[in-house]
Amino acid sequence: MSSTAATPGKNGRRLNGNLRGWFARQPVWVRIVGVLAVIALAYLLPYTAEIPLIGPQIVTEGIDWPSALFNMSYYVLLALGLNVVVGYAGLLDLGYVGFFAVGAYTVALLTSPDSRLGTEWPWLAAVPFAIAVAMISGLILGWPTLRLRGDYLAIVTLGFAEIIRIVAQSTETLRGDRGFTDIPHPPGQQTDGSALFGVRDATPYYWLGLTVIILVVLGVRNLDRSRVGRSWLAIREDEEAAEIMGVRTIKYKLWAFAIGACIGGLGGVMFAGQQGFMNSGTFVLQFSILVLAGVVMGGSGNIPGAILGGALISYIPDRLRGIQDPIFHTDLFGFRFAIFGAVIILIMIFRPQGLIPSRRRAMELKDREKEAAPS
Amino acid sequence: MNFSGLIHNFGPLTVTGLAQGAIIALFALGYTLVYGVLRLINFAHSEVFLLGTYASIIVWGFFGLDQNSPTPGMFAVIGLIILGMVAAVVASGVTAIGVELIAYRPLRRRNAPKLAFLITAIGASLAISETVGVITGRNIRGVPRLIRQTDVVVIGNTHITNLQILIVVLALVMMFLLDRFINRSRLGRGIRAVAQNPDSAALMGVNQGRVISLVFLLGGLMAGIAAVMYNLKIGVTRFDAGFLLGIEAFTAAVLGGIGNLRGALLGGLLLGVLQNYGAGLFGTEWLHAVSFVLLVVILLFRPTGLLGESLGRARA
Repeated sequence: MSSTAATPGKNGRRLNGNLRGWFARQPVWVRIVGVLAVIALAYLLPYTAEIPLIGPQIVTEGIDWPSALFNMSYYVLLALGLNVVVGYAGLLDLGYVGFFAVGAYTVALLTSPDSRLGTEWPWLAAVPFAIAVAMISGLILGWPTLRLRGDYLAIVTLGFAEIIRIVAQSTETLRGDRGFTDIPHPPGQQTDGSALFGVRDATPYYWLGLTVIILVVLGVRNLDRSRVGRSWLAIREDEEAAEIMGVRTIKYKLWAFAIGACIGGLGGVMFAGQQGFMNSGTFVLQFSILVLAGVVMGGSGNIPGAILGGALISYIPDRLRGIQDPIFHTDLFGFRFAIFGAVIILIMIFRPQGLIPSRRRAMELKDREKEAAPS
Repeated sequence: MNFSGLIHNFGPLTVTGLAQGAIIALFALGYTLVYGVLRLINFAHSEVFLLGTYASIIVWGFFGLDQNSPTPGMFAVIGLIILGMVAAVVASGVTAIGVELIAYRPLRRRNAPKLAFLITAIGASLAISETVGVITGRNIRGVPRLIRQTDVVVIGNTHITNLQILIVVLALVMMFLLDRFINRSRLGRGIRAVAQNPDSAALMGVNQGRVISLVFLLGGLMAGIAAVMYNLKIGVTRFDAGFLLGIEAFTAAVLGGIGNLRGALLGGLLLGVLQNYGAGLFGTEWLHAVSFVLLVVILLFRPTGLLGESLGRARA
C-alpha cells in the first residue's frame, strides 16, 4: 500500500495530500511510536471524565462510562469480524448476530449453574470451546450457502440468525426467555484480594476487550496482506475472473466466513463474561444490521474504519441514553435502530466509501461511477 | 414429531395454510416484480406492507372502530373494507415509490455495486419499521372485527370460514388482474421490455425511470391488499409484522421462481400449506423456522425455483 501512496503523478499527489499519506512517509520508528501512543491513549479512555471542560461532554450520562466503553469494545470486535466477511470478501452476511449468539450460548452452557450440562466450568476454560463452536457454525452455514449468489446469501444468513433465535427461544436446553444466570466472570484478583473482574467497575473488562481487539487487529491485518487477503480482494472485485485466474473461491470464502464467525463468537464470549446473564431476547436481528451499519459507515474493507464505525454505533446510542426527546418523550436510546437505518441510506448515497475509506475500495467505486451510462 | 396429529388435522391445516398462503402470495408479488425488472431484492418491501396494515387501521379508527367495537352491518362492512383497502393501497404505494426515489434511484444513477442496493434497502427497512416501533411504543395494535368468522363449508373436521374464502378468492382475482396487466397492456409490455434488456428498452423509447416507478407501485398495491387481508385474518399488527411475514413472502417468491408472477402465487400457497404441516408436525413455535429451512433447501437444490425466473421471458 505504501508504494501506491509514494507513486508520483496525478493520483499519487491526491493520496499523499492527506494525513494518512503523510503518516505513511514517516520513518518506521515514528510510525511505531505513533501507533503505541494511540494504543496508550485508548487504554487511558476510562479516565476521560478527568479532562477539564471537554471530558464531561464526552462521557455518557445514562450509563456509567466504563460500561459504555466495554460496550464499545465488543461492538468494535463485531465490526472487525463483519469487516472481514463484508469488507474484504464482499459477502453480505445479515445474520452475523447468530455467531455472537453461538459464542455467548456456548459459554453459558458450559459455565452457568442453570445449564443442563452441569459442567460449571470457569469462564476462561469455556473460551476456546466457544470460539471453536462459533467457527464450526460458520463453516456449517458457509459450506452449503457460499455457492449461492450474493443477494441470496444475504437472505439465507438472515434466516440462519432467525433460526438460532427461534431455537434459543423454543428449546428447553437453551432456556428461552428465562435465560442463563450467574455466568462466571473472567479470572484474576486485585492486590487486596477482591476479584479483578467484578460487577461494580467495568474498567477491567474494557481493558480486556481492548487487548483482545489489538490481537484481532494484528491477526486480521496480517491475513489481509497474505495470500488469503489477496484472494478475498480478487473475489470481491470479480468472482468469476478470480475463479478463472485460479483462486479457489469457495475455499477462501469459507475462510472469510469462518474467521468472521470466530471473531463474532469471541464478541459473544466477552459479552457473556461481563453481563453474567443472557436470554433469547438478547440476540435480536436488528443487532446484526446495526453492526453492518457500523462497518459501512466507518468504511468497509478498512480496519481503522471498522473500529471507528463499531465504536460509533455503540457510543452514539449510549450517549443519547437518558435524554428525552421533545416529541414522544421517550428515551432517545430507543431511536437507535431507526437512526442508524437512516444513517445507512445517507452514507450509501453521499459517501459510499465510508468515513475512513479503504483507498482501493474508494477507487473501485470511482471506476464504476465512470462506467455509469449518463441518464 | 407428531405424525398422528398431522394426519388427523390434515384438512384444517391445509385450509389454514391456503388462506395464509394467499396473503403471502400477494405480498410476494412485490418482491418478484422488482426482482424481475431490477434484479434487486427490495428488502424494504416488508415495510411497504407494514404501513398498509397501519393505514387501514387508522382509517377504520376514524369511524370510531377499535378491536372492542361490535361487528357493523353487512353493507357497512363492505364499505369499510373497501375504504380500508384504498387507504392501505395508497399508503403502501406511496411508501414503495418513496423508497425507490430516496434509497435506490441515487445509487442507480451512480452505477453502484449490487451490494450497495441491498445495504440501503436494509437501512430503509430498519428506519421505517423502527420509527413505527418508537411511535407505537412497540405495542401491538388491535384491528376492529369487521367480519365475524362463521363456517361456510364443513367436511369432517375441516371447517372453511367465510373469511378464508374471501381471502383466497380476492388473492386469485388480484393475481389474475395483475397477470393480465403485465401480459396484455401497453405499460405491461414496457415492464417486460425493461426486464428483458433495460438498455435496448431505453433505446426503443421506453421510459426506464417511469417503468421502474410503476413496478414499485404495482408491488405496493398488492402489498396494500395483502395488508388489509392480514389485518382481518390475524386481528393485530405490530412494528415488526412486516419483517417476519416479509421473509416468508420472499421465501415464497424464491420457491416459485423469483421474477415469475405465477411462481409467486404457487410459491405462496405452497409455503402457507407446508408451514402449517410443519407446525402440525413439530409444534407451532417452529412455524417460522420451517420457512427458513425450506428457503435454504430450495436455494441449494433448485435456485431458480419451481417455475424458473422469468418476468421478461414469459410470453416474450
